[in-house]
Amino acid sequence: MYPSRFRYEAPRSLDDAIALLQAGQGEAKVLAGGQSLVPLLKLRFAAPELLVDINNLPGLDYHRVDPDGTIRIGALCRHATLERSPLLVERQPTMAAAAPLVADPLVRNRGTLVGSLCHADPQGDWAAVVTALGGRVVAAGPRGRREIPIGEFVTGPFENALRYDEIAVEAVIPASKGQPAGGYLKLERRVGDFATAAAAVALELSGDVVTRAGIALCGVGPSTIDATDAGRALTGRTLTAAAIEEAADLAAAAAQPRTDHRGSAAYKRQVVRTFVTRILRNVVSTAERAA
Amino acid sequence: MTALDEIKIGGLGASRRRVEDNRFIRGKGTYIDDIVLPGMLHMEILRSPVAHARIRSIDTSKAWEIPGVRLVLTGDMMATRNLAWMPTLSYDTQAVLATDKVRFQGQEVACVIADDPYIAKDACEAIVVDYEPLPAIVNPTQAMAPDAPLIRDDKENQADNIAFHWQVGDKEGTDRAFAEADVISKISLHYPRSHPSPIECCGSIADFDRATGKLTVYLTTQAPHIVRAAVAMVAELPEHMIRIVSPDIGGGFGNKVPVYPGYVMSILASILLERPVKWIEDRTGNLISTGFGRDVYLDGELALRRDGRILAVRMHTTSDHGAFFGDAQPSKFKIGLMHSAFSCYDIPYAYLSATGVYTNKAPGGVAYRCSFRVTEAMFFQERMIEAAASDLGMDPAELRRINLVRDDDFPHRTAWGFLTDSGQYGRCLDVALEAIGYEEFRRQQAQAREAGRLLGIGISTMTEPLGAGNSREYDILGIKMFDSAELRVHLTGRAILRTGARTQGQGHETTWAQIVAHELGIPADDVLVEEGDTDTAPFGMGTYASRSTPVAGAAVAMAARKVRAKARKLAAHLLEVSEEDVEWELGRFHVRGAPDRGVTIQECAMAAYANMPDGLEPGLEASAYYDPPNLTWPFACYVVTVEVDPETGVWDVLNVVAVDDCGVRINPMVVEGQIMGGLTEAYAMASMQFITFDAEGNCIGSNFMDYLLPTAWETPGFELHEVVTPCPHHPIGAKGVGECATVGGPAAFVNAVLDALKPFGVRNIDMPLLPDRVHEAISRRRDVSGAPPVRTD
Ligand SMILES: Cc1cc2nc3c(=O)[nH]c(=O)nc-3n(C[C@H](O)[C@H](O)[C@H](O)COP(=O)(O)OP(=O)(O)OC[C@H]3O[C@@H](n4cnc5c(N)ncnc54)[C@H](O)[C@@H]3O)c2cc1C
Repeated sequence: MYPSRFRYEAPRSLDDAIALLQAGQGEAKVLAGGQSLVPLLKLRFAAPELLVDINNLPGLDYHRVDPDGTIRIGALCRHATLERSPLLVERQPTMAAAAPLVADPLVRNRGTLVGSLCHADPQGDWAAVVTALGGRVVAAGPRGRREIPIGEFVTGPFENALRYDEIAVEAVIPASKGQPAGGYLKLERRVGDFATAAAAVALELSGDVVTRAGIALCGVGPSTIDATDAGRALTGRTLTAAAIEEAADLAAAAAQPRTDHRGSAAYKRQVVRTFVTRILRNVVSTAERAA
Repeated sequence: MTALDEIKIGGLGASRRRVEDNRFIRGKGTYIDDIVLPGMLHMEILRSPVAHARIRSIDTSKAWEIPGVRLVLTGDMMATRNLAWMPTLSYDTQAVLATDKVRFQGQEVACVIADDPYIAKDACEAIVVDYEPLPAIVNPTQAMAPDAPLIRDDKENQADNIAFHWQVGDKEGTDRAFAEADVISKISLHYPRSHPSPIECCGSIADFDRATGKLTVYLTTQAPHIVRAAVAMVAELPEHMIRIVSPDIGGGFGNKVPVYPGYVMSILASILLERPVKWIEDRTGNLISTGFGRDVYLDGELALRRDGRILAVRMHTTSDHGAFFGDAQPSKFKIGLMHSAFSCYDIPYAYLSATGVYTNKAPGGVAYRCSFRVTEAMFFQERMIEAAASDLGMDPAELRRINLVRDDDFPHRTAWGFLTDSGQYGRCLDVALEAIGYEEFRRQQAQAREAGRLLGIGISTMTEPLGAGNSREYDILGIKMFDSAELRVHLTGRAILRTGARTQGQGHETTWAQIVAHELGIPADDVLVEEGDTDTAPFGMGTYASRSTPVAGAAVAMAARKVRAKARKLAAHLLEVSEEDVEWELGRFHVRGAPDRGVTIQECAMAAYANMPDGLEPGLEASAYYDPPNLTWPFACYVVTVEVDPETGVWDVLNVVAVDDCGVRINPMVVEGQIMGGLTEAYAMASMQFITFDAEGNCIGSNFMDYLLPTAWETPGFELHEVVTPCPHHPIGAKGVGECATVGGPAAFVNAVLDALKPFGVRNIDMPLLPDRVHEAISRRRDVSGAPPVRTD
């Protein structure tokens, strides 16, 4: 691997990191897990003048729940940590279902959820999950911190709302008001492949009534797709066969897939429909089993 | 005196741990990139971004200006030394660096030699090439269109894009049989372009020493002696002053048989600069420019009697060879051993015609883990059989059983003229069906269908020709395909063995020693195996086409037998009896009738240096060049069961049963490793692998995110069984096994999925059976043929 020449800094404090980015005047890039950036450097698709490695920044590798139920994921929390997290299994079924499906075990050891959101790959798994959950990203810069809703954070394929001197320090998943339910299904050609199509479904239930529903898709459009109509169709209803079918159809309609060597557009839509249906049916049968 | 236990000394049949793994798993292997020579420079290649274009100009001035750049080579500079073009292994020519035109994306256009690879890469980016785009041809239909642009305008007398027409078999007899057939079963198939993708890409370090006149080249090659011959003939350097060293090889699979432009450029650069020049190919370079596999279309027909007997087979293949016809294969067979198809069946008539075309794609056509197009041959065969069973409404296992060559029919001459000599085909099929629980599965399948679930079972039976060759029929550019071994026993009874083959994962360092142990009773641990250095190894044709054990392995046995013959003289001397009165047992000679009076092979070895009789030449060593009387013919039966998800087209493998008869197994564990590796590749080809091109000739599959290698996660488990029919003509009865599963495996997976789809009237889906193609077949109730689409919106 022979990237273009770059300078490399590994600051030990967030302030130093921000100062370096500021001095870099847009020619600097943050290096987190490196699982998306390093391949780009290798292919010389990216040729930053400076790499600011944030792996030495203290106290960013956490994921935790606030007393009110808000889930917070630090910028250095690796996919692998989330994959093995009892906390997610207990509190956040959509994230727990997605974590083992991101990339492959080697990539999961290094890659970060926050880095994945920053990278804003239309096929990225976490962006779909965080979108379905209505999450936010906390950015830190010379002028302090701000919170950016995920829908505004991802501005396009491989584009995010950060200013050049900002670092994303945390992802925030708002507390669930009801019983969290949902799941994540991904069609991949083999482990470590990006999604041909994937669907994230995040529900909040009160008894058997859906009080909030988020459905988001990846791999089937120029960017992460928030299937808001599909979510809305479920809100205030119980998960009847008709409701499920309606939501699945609306999710499929929201997809904007292209025909490529992974499959035809029509096929990808069909997969979205099937996955949304399966996740919702599974929510129903899990609830029935519990009852 | 108790007899030696052959298994204990690591002889034939011992599942001895692989000695080479000791260094590999510790990270102590010496691969090409681990070699660092004093004063070494680094080479990077500039490749064409377009598939077909005339080169108007190449401006290298900016590259020369970069500090640390030592040399920039272009095609024009190569041409002044007559090295812009080189011969291929198939009597064609191939550009080393493009002069007139680029003919595929990724073709070598210039190279830079610099102090480090970063500088070399920067300098490559500073070279400005002015291309005049030409229409790209990416498949045979386009290539054969009447108004198609001419790709090979460099060749005299080349008016079209046809590389060759070739035919073999009895055309009239076949026509007659077809006229008498009850049923004619036809099918068109595509075996997609794939890539061997060894984990280590190609590379070379050329080191020319002006003072001695010696050229040493470290090079990733499966056939070092062929490279030496090629360098001697192409570069016109004296053969005795060329040393090719093939260090540890990180996988070859056929990809490391050809001579690549990068090798040639690094050699010329070292001669010009008088410093070592290292070239390490990157992954994209390897995937887009080096020897691919397959890319063959078939129109196949079987003439059948209603009771299932096959009367004749007719095949027409159209193969896509890319820009240069560079197939690595015995020179006289234009489409390799395609006509070995159907060798396991008793069929009276057969005819094959083949057309090869040029396209704007990378050249190669290497035998990717098979003997020269045998993978395509057996895949086509087993897909044709499956289609015929379906056309006849017959059970596919039964159709095979009816037509398989019977045990008492050997030796059997196939309709295309091959001689198969041994096997228990019916028994292998029985073992496989029993293991998978064929009848029971059919019952479950019927029940599952009622419930809307799609289960399928697929069979593939085949015998394949291995071990090219015999020198009468097999040569590469005139050099006959024999192989060699040289065994030297030291005075303490330890030994060194060298062969003309080159291991790249097959385990020669382990298994060759086992053959010596079997022949001489010297413990395998006492035998060092060394290969790959042309200054020390005897001349051989290298390792591919599963030929190591059939040919070089036979030479090892023959060399060991020569050593034993000499040791017998020494034993007679030590025992003070005549040679006729000496009897051999494993590792020891004793006096006939007095088993207690004996000497060990180690004592004989010592005598060869310390106590030889008058008139006997000192030392204990021998070499053998082995020219096999025939190919070897292992047989295999693979059975796969799957479940297909009708809503997504995703299919899961339930079970895989493999029954291999590769003759005598030298090391059962190594054999099993080869079969599992081969089945993994078979699964990959069936399920996910292909290299395709868009309309402009851009390669889709230039990295491992697009060209998929299966991981341990999705690869199914395998259940292995064995049947052993020794090869009648091989010294230790072995037949070779390195490639059986890659060759026979794919059809079993594909047949299984198609069996599951029978209720939908689907007869074919071309590989890879990606979920969307399977889903399309289900939802539209139709075949899905041809290469997968690249971009249609
Ligand atoms: C073989 C392979 C397979 C993969 N498969 C998948 C897959 O199936 N699904 C999937 O979703 N992803 C996949 N990925 C990508 C992987 O999930 C990455 O880990 C992730 O996209 C980026 O996280 P990272 O920490 O590695 O970020 P990096 O590679 O370090 O950075 C990525 C980008 O984000 C920026 N960035 C990172 N962190 C911050 C921050 N805190 N603040 C500001 N900017 C930041 C960087 O500057 C860079 O531009 C795969 C990667 C590989 C190599």
